[in-house]
Amino acid sequence: MQRHLTSAADLTRDDAVLILDTAEEMARVADRPIKKLPTLRGRTVVNLFFEDSTRTRISFEAAAKRLSADVINFSAKGSSVSKGESLKDTALTLEAMGADAVVIRHHDSGAPHRLATSGWIGGSVVNAGDGTHEHPTQALLDAFTMRRHLAGAPDGGPVPHGAPGDGTGRDLAGRRITIVGDVLHSRVARSNVHLLTTLGAEVTLVAPPTLVPIGAGNWPCEVSYDLDAVLAKSDAVMMLRVQRERMNAAFFPTEREYARRYGLNSDRMARMPGHAIVMHPGPMNRGMEITAEVADSERCTAVEQVANGVSIRMAVLYLLLGGAGPAVTGTPDTTTRTEENA
Amino acid sequence: MSATSEPKKTLIRGARLLGGEPLDVLIDGGTVAETGTGLEAPGAAVVEAAGQILLPGLVDLHTHLREPGREDSETVLTGTRAAAAGGYTAVHAMANTFPVADTAGVVEQVWRLGKESGYCDVQPVGAVTVGLEGKQLAELGAMHDSAAGVRIFSDDGKCVDDAVIMRRALEYVKAFDGVIAQHAQEPRLTEGAQMNEGVVSAELGLGGWPAVAEESVIARDVLLAAHVGSRLHVCHVSTAGSVEIIRWAKSKGWNVTAEVTPHHLLLTDELVRSYDPVYKVNPPLRTEADVMALRAALADGTIDCVATDHAPHPHEDKDCEWGAAAMGMVGLETALSVVQHTMVDTGLLDWAGVADRMSFRPAAIGRLRGHGRPVAPGEPANLTLLDPAYRGVVDPAGFASRSRNTPYQGRELPGRVTHTFLRGRATVVDGKLA
Amino acid sequence: MDASSPAESAESGPPVPPARPVLEAPDIARVLTRIAHEIVERAKGAEDVILLGIPTRGVFLARRLAAKLEEITGRPQAAGSLDITMYRDDLRLRPARALARTDIPADGIDGKLVVLVDDVLFSGRTIRAALDALGDIGRPRAVQLAVLVDRGHRELPIRADYVGKNLPTSLRETVRVQLTEEDGRDSVLLGRRGTVPPGER
Repeated sequence: MQRHLTSAADLTRDDAVLILDTAEEMARVADRPIKKLPTLRGRTVVNLFFEDSTRTRISFEAAAKRLSADVINFSAKGSSVSKGESLKDTALTLEAMGADAVVIRHHDSGAPHRLATSGWIGGSVVNAGDGTHEHPTQALLDAFTMRRHLAGAPDGGPVPHGAPGDGTGRDLAGRRITIVGDVLHSRVARSNVHLLTTLGAEVTLVAPPTLVPIGAGNWPCEVSYDLDAVLAKSDAVMMLRVQRERMNAAFFPTEREYARRYGLNSDRMARMPGHAIVMHPGPMNRGMEITAEVADSERCTAVEQVANGVSIRMAVLYLLLGGAGPAVTGTPDTTTRTEENA
Repeated sequence: MSATSEPKKTLIRGARLLGGEPLDVLIDGGTVAETGTGLEAPGAAVVEAAGQILLPGLVDLHTHLREPGREDSETVLTGTRAAAAGGYTAVHAMANTFPVADTAGVVEQVWRLGKESGYCDVQPVGAVTVGLEGKQLAELGAMHDSAAGVRIFSDDGKCVDDAVIMRRALEYVKAFDGVIAQHAQEPRLTEGAQMNEGVVSAELGLGGWPAVAEESVIARDVLLAAHVGSRLHVCHVSTAGSVEIIRWAKSKGWNVTAEVTPHHLLLTDELVRSYDPVYKVNPPLRTEADVMALRAALADGTIDCVATDHAPHPHEDKDCEWGAAAMGMVGLETALSVVQHTMVDTGLLDWAGVADRMSFRPAAIGRLRGHGRPVAPGEPANLTLLDPAYRGVVDPAGFASRSRNTPYQGRELPGRVTHTFLRGRATVVDGKLA
Repeated sequence: MDASSPAESAESGPPVPPARPVLEAPDIARVLTRIAHEIVERAKGAEDVILLGIPTRGVFLARRLAAKLEEITGRPQAAGSLDITMYRDDLRLRPARALARTDIPADGIDGKLVVLVDDVLFSGRTIRAALDALGDIGRPRAVQLAVLVDRGHRELPIRADYVGKNLPTSLRETVRVQLTEEDGRDSVLLGRRGTVPPGER
């Protein structure tokens, strides 16, 4: 693994599987009476949030705290940042405070990459969502959820709804994932396209043409404008949040028309294969991209995704900070432990 | 510096005028006295220029000198020193200063500062509309009639997007042979735009800046210029589609000229993958196909000239995240090297062509007297000497400009300006400012 | 954490003096039987015993011991695994390590007699980490330790309750345990240092 996680494209298949496997172990910690590990004692993790995102911030905060790291929350609102302090000066401040990792959410695409490559800080940078670029830990938790459901049975196949399994060691080879909605503005979609294809899945993006980026034709996935045409061959259908305000910029005529053409309702869900799951990164616009009936069905993993987010973020923080450097994958581990070596 | 006493006469020995056979040129006072071989001039300062290329002093149609208002990034003095170092003897100072150069008073101030600098002639460009707001015509006539004698008008940085205002401006400047230099950027199509819209922007999640936002405005403007029979100049053409429209307009015989920047002749949007704001510029870096079309258009004359769009910014405006960064690159001190690299060393243009695209034609478009003249007896001695064999790595620490926002840092580029003469007086000697 | 077997790394490494077997498959089977009997004896029937193996090879040893205990007592014997990676005291000496599975029997460990099982007892630091890990999982009645080989050189006040073989070694020697489940054969090999990467002990 690289020292930073700014893009899902930076992860190899082995990196990604290692993160998912590690998250599987982290998830088991949540079932214990003491949900805390001493592993990152003495490490400092800064949550640097230039955008409000309580969900993502508390997920990272819980993850870091369960690993015993010290957590500093730095929100741009009401801070020196709102007084015009630059990202650089903020970064230098965090560096002076001894941040081992900076978890950054920023409204500008590329800000985490800039932070990681500018030389302003020495610690690891974890992208918690940048502009309309990427959100790699969201893609990882999505892949984790998919693996538990679609490759969680002992034979590597799908599990019954509501009973996620354990796909440790597996990838998503051959699984067909459909991502529906505002791809143009979605960092979740970009990260998922990278990660899911790295894990061997076949991704189809579905959106009105106005919400597909010019240039997406070069992505390693299919693009369709017709949701009904792809439902029957989808192992998972991920509904993206569509902001109602997009209507005002003429991306689609009305909410009603959007919901009719691209929303997931019970009729459409019934046309999905029996084992297929419905995913949503949240927060959901019920009645817009997803009906309440679908959102509350046992096939919808939205709540589970939130829980899995903590495990994934624990795994990422552990693999970046839990040693002298990031975990190494791709080369055979030459260390032996025939002797007691702890 | 203008106070220092200079030799009255300078003899340039063995320079290749426009890349031709070795020639001696004798400068006497402010003019070229004699050209030929084996010239002797007792008492004259001698410049041994064997192997060097002699060009008429370069003329830039598009320079941001930032004064008044943003002296932290550049002043007329530092900007003209940068221009001289780059081989320029005249620059056109863009109007987007603070206050905007939309009155006779401001353009005269800039013009006077240029005169005082002594490094390079400064020809102010006037704003087309008051405050660059695109709503009301600025006093174009007053600016033309002022001491600055403005002939080029531009809202550069902003597009004159209202079709009626653009039409009226084109019509109005006919009275004094003015020209409207349009920054072609349809504003609605570029709201939130951060980089060229295409494969790279889709991946990086940066707001797309479609080529059509430039091309649609150029298409409208050439039709307007034809309709009212006026002169249109298109600033910093950046797309292959724009080239096609300009080629078509010229084929109709319409009075349309165009410029291209050095960076659009070399750099592509692939560089934006670094998210390094040094590559953030307006218009944005485009694709390889666009770069090749621009080079071909400059070679065949569809694009008339190279203009730097020298846009200095202080360090803090680039040492930040992409979205917060200012748009623009400095270019005066690297323009000739980039043109040698992209046009001459590739065989697309000879040195006579370079003289045409970087001196004769821009001077003609700006109706600039005393610049862009042949190197011949009796002509003003505005001259540039270039060592084309030089190879060096660009180091902004050595720039004369107050700003360092060059996209070429660390890149090896050919060619080096060794001497620049402004009306016979050396502003650059042996590669150093005099 | 043991992605490759010692046999593989021995083959891929530079030539070293051949390691000498000190226990072969029948020996290993015999000492495990003995340990099983000792556990039954000391735990007075072993009704509340839980065997927790420390990955990788301790887990296989725990499973084998559980099978033997079942033979002796005629009752199902609970066994599981306890990964100690995140409790190690040397985490920062190497890049972040992959985790192994922790599998605690469903009834938990509260009030039980936990027998930790590992292949080799050396510095004692693994067992220290295991005790810390156990403390976060529950409160056993008592904790005991069973190891296949005790090679000495303790760095912490820790001792084993059940030892398959005491093997006096010098620090320049290596002890490698091979088990069929992981390595394709059962044996304990005594070799010279050089088969193990520097800094890994």
